[in-house]
Amino acid sequence: MQTSYTINDFKSDQYVRWCPGCGNHAVLNSIQKAMSEIGISPDNTAVISGIGCSSRLPYYVNTYGFHTIHGRASAIATGVKVANPKLAVWQITGDGDCLAIGGNHFIHTVRRNIDINLVQMNNGMYGLTKGQYAPTSKRGFVSKSSPYGTVEDPFNAADLCFGAGGQFFARIMDVDLKNSQEVMKLAAKHQGCSVVEALVNCIIFNDGTHKDVSAKDVREDHTIFLRHGERMIFGKDRNKGLIVDGFKLKVVKIGENGITENDILIHDAKCQDKTLHFKLGHMRAPEFPLALGIIRDAEAPVYDQDVYAQLEEVKPKHNFKSLNDFFMSLETWEIK
Amino acid sequence: MIVTVKELDRAVIRFSGDSGDGMQLTGTLFSTLSAVFGNEISTFPDYPAEIRAPQGTLSGVSGYQVHIGNKVYTPGDKADVLVAMNPAALKVNVKNIKKDTVVLIDVDAFDENGLKKALYKTLDPIEELKLGSVQIVSVPISTLVKESLADSGMGNKDILRSKNMFALGLICWLFNKPIEEAMHLLNRKFGKKPTILEANIKVLTDGFNYGHNIHASVSTYNIQPTEMPKGIYTDVKGNEATAWGLIAAAQQAGLQLFLGSYPITPASEILQELSARKDLGVITVQAEDEIAGVCTAIGASFAGNLAATSTSGPGLALKAEGINLAVMAELPLVIVDVQRGGPSTGLPTKTEQSDLLQALYGRNGESPLVVLAASTPSNCFDFAYTASKLALEHMTPVILLTDGFLANGSSAWRLPDLSQYPAIHPPFVHKEMQDKWAPYLRNEEGSRYWAVPGMEGFAHRVGGLEKDSRTGAISTDPANHQLMTDLRQQKIDNIAKVIPPLQLSGDSQADLLVVGWGGTYGHLYSAVQQFNEQGSQAALAHFNYINPLPANTEEVLNKFKKIVVCELNSGQFASYLRSKLKLKGEVLQYNKVQGQPFTVEELIQHFTAIL
Repeated sequence: MQTSYTINDFKSDQYVRWCPGCGNHAVLNSIQKAMSEIGISPDNTAVISGIGCSSRLPYYVNTYGFHTIHGRASAIATGVKVANPKLAVWQITGDGDCLAIGGNHFIHTVRRNIDINLVQMNNGMYGLTKGQYAPTSKRGFVSKSSPYGTVEDPFNAADLCFGAGGQFFARIMDVDLKNSQEVMKLAAKHQGCSVVEALVNCIIFNDGTHKDVSAKDVREDHTIFLRHGERMIFGKDRNKGLIVDGFKLKVVKIGENGITENDILIHDAKCQDKTLHFKLGHMRAPEFPLALGIIRDAEAPVYDQDVYAQLEEVKPKHNFKSLNDFFMSLETWEIK
Repeated sequence: MIVTVKELDRAVIRFSGDSGDGMQLTGTLFSTLSAVFGNEISTFPDYPAEIRAPQGTLSGVSGYQVHIGNKVYTPGDKADVLVAMNPAALKVNVKNIKKDTVVLIDVDAFDENGLKKALYKTLDPIEELKLGSVQIVSVPISTLVKESLADSGMGNKDILRSKNMFALGLICWLFNKPIEEAMHLLNRKFGKKPTILEANIKVLTDGFNYGHNIHASVSTYNIQPTEMPKGIYTDVKGNEATAWGLIAAAQQAGLQLFLGSYPITPASEILQELSARKDLGVITVQAEDEIAGVCTAIGASFAGNLAATSTSGPGLALKAEGINLAVMAELPLVIVDVQRGGPSTGLPTKTEQSDLLQALYGRNGESPLVVLAASTPSNCFDFAYTASKLALEHMTPVILLTDGFLANGSSAWRLPDLSQYPAIHPPFVHKEMQDKWAPYLRNEEGSRYWAVPGMEGFAHRVGGLEKDSRTGAISTDPANHQLMTDLRQQKIDNIAKVIPPLQLSGDSQADLLVVGWGGTYGHLYSAVQQFNEQGSQAALAHFNYINPLPANTEEVLNKFKKIVVCELNSGQFASYLRSKLKLKGEVLQYNKVQGQPFTVEELIQHFTAIL
């Protein structure tokens, strides 16, 4: 039996129909790369998506795939995984699919901690319906359905994930392929629901939406890539870092006001207490660097594993071998 | 006074009291012990939507009707014996009793306060309700129960919780049923709580002896056991039978059973029963909403389980888009809709048949699927089995319609011999077809083959977008869409070839054909029988297969000059039949939308009026 795979084993024969320059292409690549590296065959992999540009992804990977309905991929992926926990199950979704119409399923999937890899591509608006604002669009965002700007604040996927009890949350950017591949592989390995928010550009309807953090000239100063066990240092000159000041995070410069490298926080993604993870996930440029990488990667009971553990625990109680055995345990009487 | 014993063919007993009085338990115990002694049984709980409405009020009255005897097909129209634990129960049930009904009351509850709570205008309820002709048996049940348990060390409140057992003891005496069986049943129920068990048995015994010693009634009744087919029996409620039918089908097909569901009245017992059957390997997910209920099931179906979801009308509406995904992806799925009064939240605890057109047509696009309807509490088992078989073998969603009446009603049921049930063979792909296989390749019956994740060499993509009939790739080609639409319809139409033909009961030479479907079977069958016994002539055609209809439906219906379609809605099946068939005879309707089943009496009156 084949146990090692290359990225080509996970490429389908379908022509990838996203627009040239769309950020989804890079995410697809890191997903295929991660799939090839975790040692599970394409035949034992199921990719479930909802509706939207990103949800076309199942057609482009050579695995079992189910392109379902708008917002419901989390629930369908839950069914797949619980029905057959041996499968590697991926959910591909977008910011509208996951956080608007699918918001309820998303939080409950995270809460239950179903062992799926949930990749949410966030382009800040609706692409497939040609340019309306999404629950991730910034206040004042002008779009076809908000010609005078929105008067509502966006969701932050990290807040929602942690609020729902999430144990794994990571953020990647389409323009940062190398780090994305690293994150995606660790997400795939995590036991439980791993949420990866991928900031992607929509070249047609929302070009440059993430440029305040993704543009080459500002990227290093406006983002921080977090790695478990490493100090939270960032910046072009690698001289900025994060410390805790009271209940707040604070950006400091190493070498100023007596701050040394040893004062900078060390990232603990595996810590059960998620207070700091919440703060890290919430940071926004330019006041703070946007947190990339794995913000949280904690262990917790996994729903699908516990479902089967409970079955094994319950079965010996009555030791029914068949439905008929169960019938005979009921209050019965015989007519002779 | 000499007590005579009257022989009866059948009798209807209605237990009623506050929703906290334990009337459901009392009724269940009495029906089960009657069944054990060889009586046919049919029961119907009639309870309020409120869990505990204010004590003693009209809205808090909970009832449980038991019909025992031979040729029992319904829980009966009106009660021969009414147990009324308080003035509210008596008032609410005036419409459910006859002129000569025996009415057993707890006279202690009929004080000024009790009468006031039940909104009586006078202090003489019998006169006020014009119950002069009924036989009132006044028993100071509360006082007697307090005496009975005076030495038990229990508090007053707990003591009075056993009132229902006193009533049960009296009814056992009245119907000459030995109370040992009731004790046995109580032992099963309260075996782990010895204090409660002991108290209940003491009160039950005292109630029985009280009747015996004071000759509480002028006569007692004896109902001879019926000749029933040999076998082992249990009593079963529709929702339990539905749950077990799904388990049986999964067992027969060699698949894991998966239920994705969300609690909703009156369907929740299916979720509860299947959750308890983890001891048989059943997987249940209580989802975050109705949509996730059906969607987790669709995911499980994609992954190769026998997948089902259970709901009622409002939930079916929410599941529509999900069901349509299963139509498009051609995945097996069983959707159980336990119908209740609608529209909107409607009458959650009451029965109705008004989801028929929603089941048939309530989805976007051309969306054919199979619709079945169970017609007795016990055949919910058979139709849950059949729904699963059709879904698995024809790769389609199947909606099984039951209703609140079937779901909560019970009847005695001979345990099935599963070896006599037809085998279930889903059209799984097999290794030899690997080279010529495509996701929408079909077998002779028009079903696509099932390739399940984990099977080597069959990785493929399905979804809600229209697919090319040959390659399975996304297609918007006009001719292909027409073809796929036709193929999906043809697949469902083909099922008419494998379902049994429509059969008649009653007088097949009659001019009048009574037509019904689903849960009204018992009432329609009894009504046609009694109608014919009275010298009239009618036949009954009762449908379990709604879509597709049995192949001979048009031929059978066209033998009759007059057809009356009777249903608990405003005429949904009648309009469906008119749209599907060329009917020659006059098609009349008898419709009732009151949240209550038909009565045999009203049906016979209506048939008489028609002829």
